[in-house]
Amino acid sequence: MPNYRIHKTEYIDETKRVSFKYDGKTYFGYEGDTLASALLANGIHLVGRSFKYHRPRGIVSCGAEEPNAICQIGSKKDLTEPNVRATELELYEGLEASSQNCWPNVKFDIGGINNFISPLIPAGFYYKTFMWPKSFWKKVYEPLIRLSAGLGKSPTEPDPDIYDHKYVHYDVLVIGGGVSGIIAAKMAAKNNLKTLLVDDKKILGGSTIYQNNESIKIDDKLSSEWLKNEIQEIKKLSKLTIKTRTSIAAYHGYNFLLAKENLTDHLPEEKKENKIRQRLWKIRAKKVVIATGSIERPLVFNNNDRPGILLSNSINKYLDYYGVTCGENIILFTNNDSAYETSISLHKKGIKNIIVDLRKSASSELIKQAESLGVKIYFNHVVTNTFGYRKINSLEIMKLSEDGNTTVGNKIRLSCDCLGMSGGWTPMVHMHTQSGGKLDFRDEDQVFLPKENSEDQISVGSCNGDFDLENIIDKTVNKINKFLDIDNQDYQDTNIICSKENDKRNIWLLPNKIPLGKTKCFIDFQNDSTAKDIKLALKEGFRSIEHVKRYTTTGMATDQGKLSNMHALGIIADTAGVKMGTLGTTTFRPPFTPLTFGTLVGRNVGKFFEVVRKTSMHEWHVENNAEFENVGQWKRPWYYPKNHENMHDAVQRESKAARDSAGILDASTLGKIDIQGTDASEFLNRVYTNAWSKLAIGKCRYGLMLNEDGMVYDDGVTTRISENHYLMTTTTGGAANVLSKLEDYLQTEWPELDVYLTSVTDHYSTASICGPNSKKILNKLFPNLDLSDENFPHMSFKEDKLENINCRIMRISFTGELSYEINIESKYGNSLWKMCIEAGKEFNLTPYGTETMHLLRAEKGFIIVGQDTDGTMTPSDLQMDWIVSKKKYDFIGKRSLYRSDTVREDRKQLVGLLTDDPKEILEEGAQIVSDVKSKPIDMLGHVTSSYFSPNLNKSIALAVVRSGKTMKGQKLIIPMENKNINVTVSDTIFLDKENKRLNA
Amino acid sequence: MFLINCPFCGERDQSEFSSGGEAHIVRPKQPTELSDDEWAEYLFMRKNIKGIQFERWNHVHGCRKWFNVVRDTSNDKILSVYKMGEKPPVNYK
Ligand SMILES: [Zn+2]
Repeated sequence: MPNYRIHKTEYIDETKRVSFKYDGKTYFGYEGDTLASALLANGIHLVGRSFKYHRPRGIVSCGAEEPNAICQIGSKKDLTEPNVRATELELYEGLEASSQNCWPNVKFDIGGINNFISPLIPAGFYYKTFMWPKSFWKKVYEPLIRLSAGLGKSPTEPDPDIYDHKYVHYDVLVIGGGVSGIIAAKMAAKNNLKTLLVDDKKILGGSTIYQNNESIKIDDKLSSEWLKNEIQEIKKLSKLTIKTRTSIAAYHGYNFLLAKENLTDHLPEEKKENKIRQRLWKIRAKKVVIATGSIERPLVFNNNDRPGILLSNSINKYLDYYGVTCGENIILFTNNDSAYETSISLHKKGIKNIIVDLRKSASSELIKQAESLGVKIYFNHVVTNTFGYRKINSLEIMKLSEDGNTTVGNKIRLSCDCLGMSGGWTPMVHMHTQSGGKLDFRDEDQVFLPKENSEDQISVGSCNGDFDLENIIDKTVNKINKFLDIDNQDYQDTNIICSKENDKRNIWLLPNKIPLGKTKCFIDFQNDSTAKDIKLALKEGFRSIEHVKRYTTTGMATDQGKLSNMHALGIIADTAGVKMGTLGTTTFRPPFTPLTFGTLVGRNVGKFFEVVRKTSMHEWHVENNAEFENVGQWKRPWYYPKNHENMHDAVQRESKAARDSAGILDASTLGKIDIQGTDASEFLNRVYTNAWSKLAIGKCRYGLMLNEDGMVYDDGVTTRISENHYLMTTTTGGAANVLSKLEDYLQTEWPELDVYLTSVTDHYSTASICGPNSKKILNKLFPNLDLSDENFPHMSFKEDKLENINCRIMRISFTGELSYEINIESKYGNSLWKMCIEAGKEFNLTPYGTETMHLLRAEKGFIIVGQDTDGTMTPSDLQMDWIVSKKKYDFIGKRSLYRSDTVREDRKQLVGLLTDDPKEILEEGAQIVSDVKSKPIDMLGHVTSSYFSPNLNKSIALAVVRSGKTMKGQKLIIPMENKNINVTVSDTIFLDKENKRLNA
Repeated sequence: MFLINCPFCGERDQSEFSSGGEAHIVRPKQPTELSDDEWAEYLFMRKNIKGIQFERWNHVHGCRKWFNVVRDTSNDKILSVYKMGEKPPVNYK
């Protein structure tokens, strides 16, 4: 097996060999490697196929910007992870990785045929081709796209890993642990500011940490040595927290940032177990220093995407940091000085290399150094083509014309096994723009820079466009002193020597004799978009960068165009003949690198996903086989199946028992608001549609609450407990909103009212007993209470004791039966319930759930707000005009009840429906029409509630129907998938219209 | 994510608050006297300003008090916070 590890470095521990599998084959690397450096050490460049043309692709970079080396990690159904960048993944024993996006394998890929039909896949291909015929979508296009597209595979089982969230507050947050970040963190922490320094890599130091060029020195030491000292020093600072393997995902307003800390992704399987995998840091910082550095740019020329073509600086890092050479015969293609550093490093390790430089000449210290080492330099030359299928084996260069617009002279063919490209550097301004900052364009080297720094955030180092070390350190120190309003002198006498770049020449799309249409000049490697695609988009009339981006999909892959956005902009500017700075940029959206869902969700999974509210009787319901229904956060008994009954049978039994003898319902979840104060009656007058001033103490009244727009908002029974004391009940789901609404009016519109509101929903538990035998059961429980209709009539309230515990008993009914609600402090709720059950045994007291409750109230035509109403129903629409006071001057929503729209006769109105076949049960939500033949069919309304009534032995339904009030007796049709159901409009009250049962 | 300085509790995270739309819209004292258009103006019409906007906020997961906020919607800066019933600061228009 070839070995490209050619020298030892302090970052690779050669005593710790690590075995890993890539595409099923076993390889070895060392502790300290990334998956990418280990693959390169084994001579592997080819790591995937491109998205559209399935061209072979190799490792391009050594960091977060990597577009090609994205892998599927692991094969377990619950733990496999797609789209992991091999350049960031630290190697561990037992790692299993595979290439993505190729079938059957990376070396022979069927989709590669796309490469040869590529003239047929231009920009906007998907938009253009897959438009028609429509029938092809389901059968041809979609399966085809699904098979050939998509990056990697999702896990198919729940994620067993543990994730965590943490909230922190700091005076200063420094993003990025390169030279400028380290200086900033040190200055802040030494000045007694609580400081957090985060860096996404395993160790601090950025690109300076492996710097070994003699022409770049600080205080007479290699800059890397100097920086190591600095790192040792900052580790001692008590005010400084350092978090490595931590990357900022998002920068929100008010200096609120999200960071992802990787805790176990670098550990072998057995060491990951039971540990937190990733932690999401939610950071509030008074000040933020952005020191995120810059990313090297590729160059855009024909066939610039072959395996073996990397960014020049990445070749340098693989060599000096990982000890791995990317080839043995390397060509560096550049438009700036940084490739010369790589060249000199390679030369030192004995790796032959040649430089092709776009510039006519260059004269810095680095260039002199390379020249003196005898490195062959082709100035004023351009790479025009590359060769080699699975890996580059040679390339052609040509001389550039004076203006750089074309090539001149003869092709020169050079052989190589690796090409490094350097198109200059792009400052990472993502964090700055995410925070709301604007950008300026610097023509000289064609970079976007942070425009202004605010008092809350600042950019330093190369993300601020400062590229040489002297500039970086001097400016960072000055800016940080100002930004933090301190006077740090630590770097006053620091002596920095570095090479200064004097010459620049940038050409976004390099010239070629071959017509552009016949070239493959890639811009976005991951989404396979080329210079030709961009030009085509412009030709077809697209102008805005945001449109060109979407049309060509440039910059829309998982790398979000970190390597491609600038080139796309540059080519658009050149083609359209406008200045690049005037085009603006696309939006830099969070996250900077993809986040796992696990990190975002943290611990809020499984039983911690949502708060569960249980009543004090819950245990009894569980013991008695209740099926539960979620109502808001509450668990409510839905029905109680006996002897393997299904839901229908259980509900029929429960409903019949409640009307024939007695039923009991846990009504504890209804919202309860305690209202006190001298203006309590006036307050109720204003919030309900009916009048409250005359309600006697000890009496109960049903109320309907509207929104200011006149639509029904909530309903419930309110009891007057004493002169200035009421207990309001609300719907279960509406409790919190009703309280908020009442508080809003009290605080903002009627602050003069003396009213106090307290939510007591959780403080009282409620057992509701109904049915003809309910009075007898009550009598057993409260033998001293006079239950006669004279003393305790319907809609009234009494207090009595149950074994010394105070109970509030309301005689109110939501079923139409004689009915009592017993309220008790919640801690006694379960005992109360059990005592009721015990007392009711001889009367077949049957516990019933929400489904039976819904059925019983529907028989009586009582509405459920939120089921029979949907925020568009007025009281009149519900045929409840009787509850709207004509005398009251005002109440919430009153004025809206006679707006031109609310008084329309043809609004949807609540009606009853009876099916012609009494056994036929309608589907809730079904549409209602009068004529199925006309087209389009005129929709009149829909079914809101539907049940089979065991007490009436027929199907009943409530519905909202246009002009329904006038339609009683009329025939309508419910069209269903296989049949039309004939119905007749009826009254909304199906049972006991005379209310005889209330006093049975 | 804003930091909001509740006039009763002090600076708290936005997640403790809920927004209640435009401030200083007074509920008409005599709604019955209003035409449909006038009532609709109160009921439905809201400004949506790019720039300095007066808003109602409720410290719903805190003291549950409503209060007013002056916010520049172009950069989300909160310029002023004041209690219900108090007049908006004169220096913002
Ligand atoms: Zn508060």
